[in-house]
Amino acid sequence: MIKSSSGIRKADVINRRMFIIGAAKIIVFAAIVARLFSLQINENKKYLTLSDKNRIREWKLPPTRGNIVDYFGNIIAGNLKVYQLHIIPEQVENFNYLLVRLKNLLNLSEKKIARINKLKAELKPWDSIIVSENLTWSQFVKINNYLYDLVGAKPVMTISRNYPFKDVYTHVLGYVSQPSEQEILNNQTVQERFVPGMKIGKLGLEKKLENYLIGTNAIQRYEVNAYGKRINQLEHQKGKQGAKIRLTVDTEIQKTCGELLSDKAGSISVMDIYTGDIIAMYSSPSYDPNSFLFGISKDEWQLIRNNPLKPLINKTLSGLYSPGSTIKPIVALSALENNVVDTKFKVKCTGKIELYGQTFHCWKEKGHGWVSLNNAMKQSCDTYFYEVARLLGVDRLNITAEKFGLGKKVLGDYFDNEKKGLFPNTKWKKNNLGRGWVLGETLITGIGQGYIQSTPLQLCMMTAQIANGGYAIKPKIIVDDKPISLEDAKALMQEDILEGFGKKLFKDEKNIKIIQEAMFSSTNERFGTSYRSRIDDPKYQFAGKTGTAQVKRISKRERELDLELEQIPYKDRDHALYVAYGPYANPRYALSIIVEHGGSGSKAAAPIAKKLFKLIIDRHDLRNKQPNFEEISI
Amino acid sequence: MFQHDRLNNEITIFQKIKNLDYILLISVILLSIISLFVMYSTDGGEILFHTKNHFVKLMVFFPLMIFLAFFNIKFWHSISYIIYLLVILLLIYVSFFGIKSSGSQRWMNLYLFVLQPSELMKVAIILCLAKYYHRLKIESVNTFTSIIVVLTIIIIPIIFVISQPDLGTSILIALSGLIILWLGGVKIKYFIYSFFTFLISLPFIISFLKPYQKLRILTFLDPDRDPLGAGYQIIQSKIAIGSGGLNGKGFLKGTQSYLDFLPEKHTDFIFTLFSEEFGFIGSVGLLILYSIIILRIVRIGSISRSNFARLFCFGYAFAIFIYIVVNLSMVLGLLPIVGSPLPIMSYGGSSMLATMIGFGIVLSAKINHKQIIA
Repeated sequence: MIKSSSGIRKADVINRRMFIIGAAKIIVFAAIVARLFSLQINENKKYLTLSDKNRIREWKLPPTRGNIVDYFGNIIAGNLKVYQLHIIPEQVENFNYLLVRLKNLLNLSEKKIARINKLKAELKPWDSIIVSENLTWSQFVKINNYLYDLVGAKPVMTISRNYPFKDVYTHVLGYVSQPSEQEILNNQTVQERFVPGMKIGKLGLEKKLENYLIGTNAIQRYEVNAYGKRINQLEHQKGKQGAKIRLTVDTEIQKTCGELLSDKAGSISVMDIYTGDIIAMYSSPSYDPNSFLFGISKDEWQLIRNNPLKPLINKTLSGLYSPGSTIKPIVALSALENNVVDTKFKVKCTGKIELYGQTFHCWKEKGHGWVSLNNAMKQSCDTYFYEVARLLGVDRLNITAEKFGLGKKVLGDYFDNEKKGLFPNTKWKKNNLGRGWVLGETLITGIGQGYIQSTPLQLCMMTAQIANGGYAIKPKIIVDDKPISLEDAKALMQEDILEGFGKKLFKDEKNIKIIQEAMFSSTNERFGTSYRSRIDDPKYQFAGKTGTAQVKRISKRERELDLELEQIPYKDRDHALYVAYGPYANPRYALSIIVEHGGSGSKAAAPIAKKLFKLIIDRHDLRNKQPNFEEISI
Repeated sequence: MFQHDRLNNEITIFQKIKNLDYILLISVILLSIISLFVMYSTDGGEILFHTKNHFVKLMVFFPLMIFLAFFNIKFWHSISYIIYLLVILLLIYVSFFGIKSSGSQRWMNLYLFVLQPSELMKVAIILCLAKYYHRLKIESVNTFTSIIVVLTIIIIPIIFVISQPDLGTSILIALSGLIILWLGGVKIKYFIYSFFTFLISLPFIISFLKPYQKLRILTFLDPDRDPLGAGYQIIQSKIAIGSGGLNGKGFLKGTQSYLDFLPEKHTDFIFTLFSEEFGFIGSVGLLILYSIIILRIVRIGSISRSNFARLFCFGYAFAIFIYIVVNLSMVLGLLPIVGSPLPIMSYGGSSMLATMIGFGIVLSAKINHKQIIA
């Protein structure tokens, strides 16, 4: 009985304690429900977003680059459909079999096979390996025909850069290719939009305008699992093609420049003397930028690199030449402006002058006799300019020369490889060479030799600024959002207000006129150095100045031998230069021509101008009619 | 055996069937069906390995539960200590010859299936202590000897389980044991004292923990500390549950589990998948179902005449409750991750076997609730 009553008392204890637990249970369950409520109801949105973030992954596709067009809207850097072959390793049944089949179909090299195997080891199995970046149509068809036997291979149609005019614009446009790691890191836009297989500008405008041309990525959204494997595609967001860039260049003229300089090393620049538009800018020899798109072959690269005519150098902007006699208009102008000489001032040329025991030769051994400014320009008499330079002094000459753009970059920031050139003065020599200026150096500076160095584009701009009546222009190669018309340009020049534009470069308008007339004589009057290259038709008539730049000091013996061009080793031959503008009656265009080691300017460079001028003037009407067909903002 | 029982208690087999607790049975059947659907979902909407095995286990263990229910509660009382000792022997066997897997040694191969004796201990400890307190005079409950005895009963299996190592199961065994002490009438102040002693010694306990266990605690305190490493499970589980919302993403549409973001989705994180697909409504529904089961067990305990049955039922009800709470708190980010399955729902034979045995004994108590045990 005691036992049973103890049992009952025990049951009471158990029941009481159970009651307490029951209450605790309810509280705990309520807490769990509250937690569920807070996660699933209150914070549902947050966790839904996180869940989507988990399962949705975006794949960026390479952006489509903007087109670059010439002044007339012809595409000079565009995009082309290319056919590629990718392999997705995880879909391949038998990797080695597939490689053997592809090797036979596409004639892949052993090296290529080894590289594919290496990539396969490095990449995730769902990442595609690019077997061939650029298949021919027939290869693409072949692959598609055998696709049943090529499990895991994926023929892909994609877009690639294309330069339809091949080598014509290489030095202007540059080219695109695979970026290096450093290049990706250096450009934030590239870094953001980079996807494997994307190409970026490596040179020229393609490089400079990368951020405008690049375009935005197309985005594909996929549902992925926890291991990153794509399960299914959700949506596709189209990318925006990069900005279209319109250049001031004229493909017809640019092409002709290339033809005129074929087999020669040199450069031609053509410029609108009022607007500063660069009509053509060709450096010869050039090379095909399309070769770089899918990785240039070693042989082809060696061929370009080892070419003695140096196709890799953009001679228009980075080629530094002594201007030779093409500097004479500036020397004469400077002398006139500083009232050192006048048109009546005469010098007797005997073929050479002596100064402190040093002999300075005129190119004409017998001498020109008594010459005035006009005559000296016409016949390019060196003795006259030795004397004028002596009277003028290098510092005053330097001021005029720099005003006309020598020793400064012409296009500023657009080309990384543009060089400043050099127009010396006494201060420069002291600072850089640590020695005092010698009078003899003034003399040779007067005929464009010595320290003086200029790029072909500088000479072109110099000529343009003489041609337009002595006003500063700002050369440009890109049609910007405020294209300037001829009338506006002329009006601005007269107003003499705006900094950099319409800035008068002369003291007396008359002096410019004298120089223009002298350049006219040089081309269009008997005994003028480029008389043989003249065009009599006033529509095309142009004025110019030849130049012959020595590349080495001519020894006495050589001078006596008076060798023919062909007898001199190529490397030692003079550079031939020519600057000109026209039509003379109503000037519009200026040009500069340089033929490296071409001999004399009158024989090698001026005839090219004759061939080119007709085209330039004929194209003028078309150019005038070409509307500013769209606003382009950069 | 049946013959013997019937003679003793004058209960026929039909009466036994009639006396079964049908609300409990239906709830368990319902839970089993839900668990099969969820398992089907973890297999990605196909009847694969886990679904098949889970089904087979249910088909074996559910009849086993009914079979065990037909034994008299007196019989269970009589073999309680033997069961306890048997499971201790299994634990010893496992600690020497057990199968190793991912760094712990908890399993023994029975050829038909792999048994985890520590799961059985969760029930055995309740049986053993229920019998001990049933026999103990109420006056002796708070004596030094009795408390030492029950603590020894609890600590011996825990030593084996913790050395496997298996922190989760040992905590559950300890809690299951302690609840019987509580129900048996051990003074409240002892619980309070030992709770404070536990708090004070916590730093020492932590210093004995394995590095991965320490990491789990740290991760629990701040899951974003290492979101791709240790915190990954908690974060992904919370994302899955949270993104389920009110109605859930729909059956077989749980992206977190379907796309393999959920870890251990068959076992410890099964609730996460369920909650992602069926939402708040489904989760609360599941909790209600579990509550019904717990309440039924408590009711069976309270109508039982014997204190053994009463203690076992109350203890077991609490154990089930604790399993659920620990598991849910873990997947909801309220507790550190300790391996603990959700009864019936989680994939795993031993856990289901132990749960079904427990239900079987509860049903036996129901059938024989008028039975007095001397």
